[in-house]
Amino acid sequence: MSVAANEAAEAAERILASHTGAWGGARSALAALLRTRRGQVGMVLLAVFVALALFGPLLAPQDPNAASSFSTSGAQNLEAPSSVHWLGTDESGRDVLSELLYAARISLAVGLAAAIISTLLGTLIGIVSGYRGGWTDRLLMALDDWVLVIPFIPTAIIMASLLGRRAQDWPLGRESVLVLVIGALGWAGTSRIVRSQVLTLKERDYVRRARVLGCSDRTIMARHILPGVLPLVLANGVLYVSLSVLAETTLSFLGLGDPQSFSWGQMLNDAYAAGAMTDGRWAYFVPPGLCVTLLAMGFSLIGYSLEEIVNPTRRERA
Amino acid sequence: MTWRVVARRIAVALATLVAIVVFNFFLFRALGDPAKDLIRGRLPPEVRQAIIHDRGYDQSTFTQFTRYIGDLAHGDLGTSNISERPVTDELGDAIPNTLLLLSLSTVLSMVIGTRLGIIAAWRRGRARDTWIGQSSLALYSMPDFWLGMLFVGVFAGGLAWLPGGLKATPGGAGGFAHWEDVGKHLILPTLTLTLGEIGQYVFITRAAVAEVMDSDHVLTARAVGLRPLAVRRRHIVPSARLPIVTQIALNLGFVIGGAITVEALFSWPGVGFATLNAIADKDFPMLQGLYLTTSVLVIVANLVADLLYARLDPRVRTQ
Amino acid sequence: MNADPLLEVRDLRVAYRDGGRIVPIVDGASFELRRGEALGLAGESGCGKTTTALSLLGLLPSGLRRVGGELTLRSERGVMLLHRRTPTGWRDLRWRTVSVVFQGAMNALDPVMRIDRQIGEAIRLHEPGADVDARVAEVLERVGIPRSRRDQYPHEFSGGMRQRAMIALALACGPELIIGDEPTTALDVMTQGQILQLLEELRRDLGLALLLITHDLSVIAETCDRVAVMYAGQIVEQGPVKDVFAAPKHPYSERLLAGFTHVGGPRALGEAIPGTPPLPGHVFEGCRFADRCHRVFDECRAGPPPLVVDASGRESRCLLARGS
Repeated sequence: MSVAANEAAEAAERILASHTGAWGGARSALAALLRTRRGQVGMVLLAVFVALALFGPLLAPQDPNAASSFSTSGAQNLEAPSSVHWLGTDESGRDVLSELLYAARISLAVGLAAAIISTLLGTLIGIVSGYRGGWTDRLLMALDDWVLVIPFIPTAIIMASLLGRRAQDWPLGRESVLVLVIGALGWAGTSRIVRSQVLTLKERDYVRRARVLGCSDRTIMARHILPGVLPLVLANGVLYVSLSVLAETTLSFLGLGDPQSFSWGQMLNDAYAAGAMTDGRWAYFVPPGLCVTLLAMGFSLIGYSLEEIVNPTRRERA
Repeated sequence: MTWRVVARRIAVALATLVAIVVFNFFLFRALGDPAKDLIRGRLPPEVRQAIIHDRGYDQSTFTQFTRYIGDLAHGDLGTSNISERPVTDELGDAIPNTLLLLSLSTVLSMVIGTRLGIIAAWRRGRARDTWIGQSSLALYSMPDFWLGMLFVGVFAGGLAWLPGGLKATPGGAGGFAHWEDVGKHLILPTLTLTLGEIGQYVFITRAAVAEVMDSDHVLTARAVGLRPLAVRRRHIVPSARLPIVTQIALNLGFVIGGAITVEALFSWPGVGFATLNAIADKDFPMLQGLYLTTSVLVIVANLVADLLYARLDPRVRTQ
Repeated sequence: MNADPLLEVRDLRVAYRDGGRIVPIVDGASFELRRGEALGLAGESGCGKTTTALSLLGLLPSGLRRVGGELTLRSERGVMLLHRRTPTGWRDLRWRTVSVVFQGAMNALDPVMRIDRQIGEAIRLHEPGADVDARVAEVLERVGIPRSRRDQYPHEFSGGMRQRAMIALALACGPELIIGDEPTTALDVMTQGQILQLLEELRRDLGLALLLITHDLSVIAETCDRVAVMYAGQIVEQGPVKDVFAAPKHPYSERLLAGFTHVGGPRALGEAIPGTPPLPGHVFEGCRFADRCHRVFDECRAGPPPLVVDASGRESRCLLARGS
């Protein structure tokens, strides 16, 4: 840390340290989050999309899954926006606004689930690697290096297309493939960050004391190391949600999602196939992309603010 | 830079390459069965059986693996199921197109992005920083292909100024007129990819520069009495370059992902577009070859970044 | 020796704005420094020592501002009023008149620039036309860095060597005042001694004034003529080192010294005194040290204690000092 920032940063550290306990920490982190402009905007965006995911189907003018939504005559297909269909209809005659509202659920669920998987994997691997050291560490970090150079989207495309057919009966249908793929390829960055934090925590007095007192490695990792890396993991995980949301959209756009379910990427795929851009059907392809962008932005804003809160050296005085 | 450092980096890259080659073989077989999943359509059973036999899919995994390695050593990646041309020929057509699009947009976004990142870090907390940060975040949060769809909507659809797909007008003229045509087709994909990637360069640069700005040696440089511009040029940027190079290398995998979707959107006949076609066509040898190409591309880019880092950082150079 | 002090700091106040509130970091510090004299600035971390030093160079971190006080530097190049400096004026003052030796030279030297180039850069900047090579060789020799190592990078040096290189850099433009900000903190005891000896020689031979900031009282005991003890942004006691060390007048100095002399050697501060220094922005009713003071009595909390100056010029900000 620079000499110049020393005094203020020390003060900040002491303020943080004065909040004890996990709940106190979480509450003060949330309070700090809501004090920043970026945190406020991020939380508002997140709240809007969570509300959409919960209540979207109730607000939707029609159920896009229902047979009645499909126009049989073809007269209603790709209709322009009107008072009945605010965003027009798609190539099957379904209401675009309804699809948009239904899709919030899938996009949010896939993004969150994938981020949770990769964060859990990354945390576990990072803790074991950093705490055990030696060969375990070297082996895991070699794996880590390697996962980092695997080109993400091409691998995801191949995995998703190969796994796709088997996944029909899984909980989220074919979307669960996307969760698995994004989750399985995304942990390497997290494990890096966690590992380096563990390396410093390991040398702290209370951890050493626990070791001398004969606590088992598993106990030390769970009781003493994990709480120390949790804030960092949380910030990083939130950032990863936005990447997952984007990855899910990309893969769905490329036709690797579940054609039976509604996601914003799937809608963009349909709009692209229907030639919405060259026909000037803005109401069809702009809203889904805008939703993805705002959702990803919301998580990024929260993630960056959290990162600054939990990492005092990154903090900047206003 | 000592040769030991170079040799070590190259050895690591080669080891990664070997891992990728092996992974490439097993990925397809672990997740699916090439004999079932990856031969298209309703072929007569005899023909199908003949293909399976010809490709060796009916043999043991070990035999298949040695054959794969042996062929690879001879530069043989098999034959495309669709075009029935050697996969290497197909790749020879696709790779230059991808490299053209990728290098053009990467250079543009890197130059503009790092510059903006430096300005933002320099004006930390001021209006210009906020403005740059917010627009970068917005660009970063947009799916690349959606940005491309917006451009197609405006420039190819609404205004009809530029072509919205393909590399050249089918049946177009040859000679200079052909290259002019290709140039026009290149504009929208390049613009899309450039804007899509700019955000990450801004973030990486801003974070790296801001961190160096807070470091003690910069305080020393200011205490010595150097002008702000000299501090920035001689003491901040040279140090900040190091993390920037590393971060950029780590992000190349994502850049290639972006290129794939943009190629798909614009039907740009490169590696990414070919990958999607190969999946749709269940063209197994093609897919394997394409995946290997993409991986090699990332490994090579990482190696270049590693060597560049070693060249830039005296702490590595003089080890 | 000149009758007027080289440096005169009067009622220095530095603060930052937190929302609508002005939070002081340095709250009315006054001291003087004569040519060839060494003044030690002591106190736990977070007391405003470094901020005080940085305001002498116009290098306050962004957000911090000097909100009051007069700083006069009577340089050979003329009298400089530091509280009226422009950016250009500051750059002209830096290194030619006042230079700094920062803590832990590993980070204070540019890791990707060779040592001789860093020193050469400073000389080229302030003395265009000088024989840079000769001057670099001269200052490096002065601090005992062999010729063969001048074109190496900081990471190739040991901790002590880096600190020598930092001192060479500080000498490059012939300053009149050198500020040492914890110059020996990251070093082992042997090397610490060598570096302090080097500083002592330079002061004697070149007639430099030295402002030494440290939390390690043994460093001050070894090097300084006078000591100023800072607490919560104020100087609470000031006087000749031998007098203050023999009979401290402020309980805070007393406690600091107890931790120091008790073991009979250098010891980190803070261990000796229960509690931590107050955070910036804390509002004080009476004496700032009252909550941690072992001699506290009711009157201490009634109002801020006045600065007591005795006949010999020793200062103390404690009610107990009134009678003596």
